[in-house]
Amino acid sequence: MKSLRELQAIRNKMKASVNTRDGAEGKMRILVGMATCGIAAGARPVLNAFTEELAAREITHAVVSQTGCIGICQYEPVVEIYEGDTKTTYVKMDAEKVARVVSEHVIGKKPVTEFTIGALKDAVAE
Amino acid sequence: MFRSHVMVCGGTGCTSSGSQKIIDAFNAEIAAVGLHEEVKVIKTGCFGLCALGPIVVVYPEGSFYSMVKPEDVKEIVDEHLLKGRVVTRLLYDETVQGDTIKSLNDTEFYKHQMRVALRNCGRIDPDNIEEYIGYDGYAALGKVLTEMTPEQVCQTILDSGLRGRGGGGFPTGRKWQLAAVNKADQKYVACNADEGDPGAFMDRSILEGDPHAVIEAMAIAAYAIGATKGYVYIRAEYPIAVQRLQKAIDDAREYGLLGKDIFGTGFEYDMEIKLGAGAFVCGEETALMNSIEGHRGEPRPRPPYPAVKGLFGKPTILNNVETYANIPQIILNGADWFRTIGTEKSTGTKVFALGGKIKNTGLVEIPMGTTLRTVIEDIGGGIPNGKKFKAAQTGGPSGGCIPASLIDTPMDYDSLIALGSMMGSGGLIVMDEDTCMVDIAKFFLEFTVEESCGKCAPCRIGTKRLLELLDKITSGNGELEDLDRIEELARFIKENSACGLGQSAPNPVLSTLQHFRAEYEAHIVDKKCPAGVCKDLLTYRIIEDKCKGCTLCKRVCPVGAISGDVRNPHVIDPAKCIKCGACLNGCKFNAIVRE
Repeated sequence: MKSLRELQAIRNKMKASVNTRDGAEGKMRILVGMATCGIAAGARPVLNAFTEELAAREITHAVVSQTGCIGICQYEPVVEIYEGDTKTTYVKMDAEKVARVVSEHVIGKKPVTEFTIGALKDAVAE
Repeated sequence: MFRSHVMVCGGTGCTSSGSQKIIDAFNAEIAAVGLHEEVKVIKTGCFGLCALGPIVVVYPEGSFYSMVKPEDVKEIVDEHLLKGRVVTRLLYDETVQGDTIKSLNDTEFYKHQMRVALRNCGRIDPDNIEEYIGYDGYAALGKVLTEMTPEQVCQTILDSGLRGRGGGGFPTGRKWQLAAVNKADQKYVACNADEGDPGAFMDRSILEGDPHAVIEAMAIAAYAIGATKGYVYIRAEYPIAVQRLQKAIDDAREYGLLGKDIFGTGFEYDMEIKLGAGAFVCGEETALMNSIEGHRGEPRPRPPYPAVKGLFGKPTILNNVETYANIPQIILNGADWFRTIGTEKSTGTKVFALGGKIKNTGLVEIPMGTTLRTVIEDIGGGIPNGKKFKAAQTGGPSGGCIPASLIDTPMDYDSLIALGSMMGSGGLIVMDEDTCMVDIAKFFLEFTVEESCGKCAPCRIGTKRLLELLDKITSGNGELEDLDRIEELARFIKENSACGLGQSAPNPVLSTLQHFRAEYEAHIVDKKCPAGVCKDLLTYRIIEDKCKGCTLCKRVCPVGAISGDVRNPHVIDPAKCIKCGACLNGCKFNAIVRE
C-alpha cells in the first residue's frame, strides 16, 4: 500500500458490498416481491439488477431486500421503495427500468412516476 | 455482487458444534438452486451467543438463526433465500414476537451490550482483508502515519483513559510513553495472547473474528514508540486463531500494510507469531518475554520494566489482545468519544466470557460500570433450572468472588478491586446455590499450584500449603484456627511472591473467606457442607417411614453398602458408602436424603 488513496479505493469498493450487513436503519429500502408470482414474472433479474446497480454506483444509503407476495400478482414484478414513511410502488419492472429508478429515484430522490402503480392504473382507466 | 450474505459463525464454539458442515451444506444447496452468484456464504468470527450455536445470520434481513442443523439448511435456502420467506421456526426465539420479528439489537442479550473490541466479530470474513478495509480497517494506521506525530498518538491513547484489558489495568498510553522516551537502536511491540484463565476466551475470539484489528493496532503502537518489529505470543491450543492471524499477517504484508515504507511514509514495521506451550505463568509479562526469546518461561525481577529493558534487552511494550482491539477505534473516533463510554476511571467497554450456571453462556461486551445484575439477569438470562444466584467469580485464578448481596456492583477496575476481586482478563463464572465456596476456592488454588513455575518459594511452597489447609477443611478435619492460618499464609504469599501469579494466587481463597466465612465455619464446626458438594462431609440416609423396601437402591449401589429385605426399610452402612449418589438418584419414593 503506497498511498492512502489506494486504501480509500478498496474501502469504497467494499463499502458497497458490506452495506448489505449494516441493517436498514435510516436507509432507503428497496423491496422486491419474491413470492411465486413475482419469481414467475421475472423478479429475480430485477433483484439482481438492483444489487449490481447499487454496487456499481457505490451507493450505501439504500439496501435491497426481498419480500413476499404484495398482493397485486397481476402487476408483478413489483418493487416497493420505502424512504421513511413514504412508499413508492413500482410495477411490471424489468432490469432495464432498474437503471432509471436507481439514477432518478435512489440517487436523484425523484420517483419515476411513469413506472409506478398510479401511472398504470391511470392508463387502464383511460 | 451478491444480494444476500449468509454469515455462519466459525468461532471455536460454533466450529465444535459443527458449523463447518453447515457452511458446506449452504454452499451445496445454494449451488443446487442456482443462487451461487447471488448469495455469498461467509465464515465469520464469534457472535457471542455461544449457548445457541451454531449461529447463522442472513443479510440484508438480519435474520438470526440459532442452533442450526445441517438438515435445516435446505429449508432456509428454499424458503428464505429463494422466496424471501424467513423460516420463523429456526429464528432465535427471543426475536420472534407474534407476527413481527425483533431486531437482534433489541434482544435482551444484545441491547445492553456495546461492541467496540468485538465490533467486527460476526460481521466480517476474518480471512478477507478487504472486508476489514471496507469497515474502515487500516484507516487509523493511515491517519497516524500521515497526520500525527508519535507523541500525539501516545497522548491520544493516554487521554482516552484506556487501561490494560489483560487484568492489571495500567494506563496504556502511559506504558507507551515510557517506552517512547527510551532511546535504543531497536524497540519491540508485543501482544499477549496467552489467555490462560479457565473459562476466558475473549482474546481467542478477537483473533479469530478480527485479526487485522490487532495487526493494525500493533503497527500504530510501533509507530508511537519507534519500534519496527512485533511479536504475538499466542498459545498453540488456539489453532483457529493462529491460522487466521497468520493468514492476516501474510495478507497485510502482500497489501503493503506490513513491511517497508507503509503508505509511502517511510515507516517500517513487520511482525511474527510465537507459539506458547500453554503454561499459565507465560501470561506474566516477563515470563512471556523469556519464552519468546527461547528461554524457560519464568518471570524475571522488575524493575527493570519492559519499557526500559524488555525483549532481547530492548525497550518493549506488551499489551493484551483486547487492549489492542480498542486502539484503531480510539484513533478514528478520538479520545473524547472513548471517554464517553464507561465510567470516569474505567473508560470504554470490557469483554466478559460468561460461563457457569447461566442461561446465555457466551461472550458479551459491556460499557464499564454496567452492574453485575444487568450482566447476569438481563444479558445472561438468569440462572437455569430456577436456582438461586449465589456468587460470580471474576478474574479467574487471580480474582475473587462477588456474593449475591453485592449484585449491584458496577463492573469496573476499581469497584472489583475494592471487593477483593479483580477484572482479570474477563472470565465471569456464575455460581448457583449448589456451588460450595470452599470447593471453588480449592478448584482455583489447585490450578495455581499446578501452574506455579516453581522459581520462588512463597508461590511454590506457599500455595501448596494453602491448598493442604483447604483440603483439611473440606475433609472434615479443619479447626477454627486454620482460618487464621489461611489468612496469615495468604497475606505472606501475596507480599512475597516474585510475580503476579503468586501475588494474586490467594485471592480466590481470601475473597470467599471474606464473603462466605459462615460456609467455611460450617465445614469446620458442624462438619457439614451446606451446598452438599464436599463428599467427606456428606452422609446418605434412608428415611424409614418413606422406604417401601423396593430394593432398587440396594441393586444400584456399586459397593454393596445398602442392606434390607423386600418390603422392609433398607439401611445404608456409612462405613461402606462412597457417597456416589446413585441410590438417591434411583429412589422413586424420595426416601433417601443427603445431609
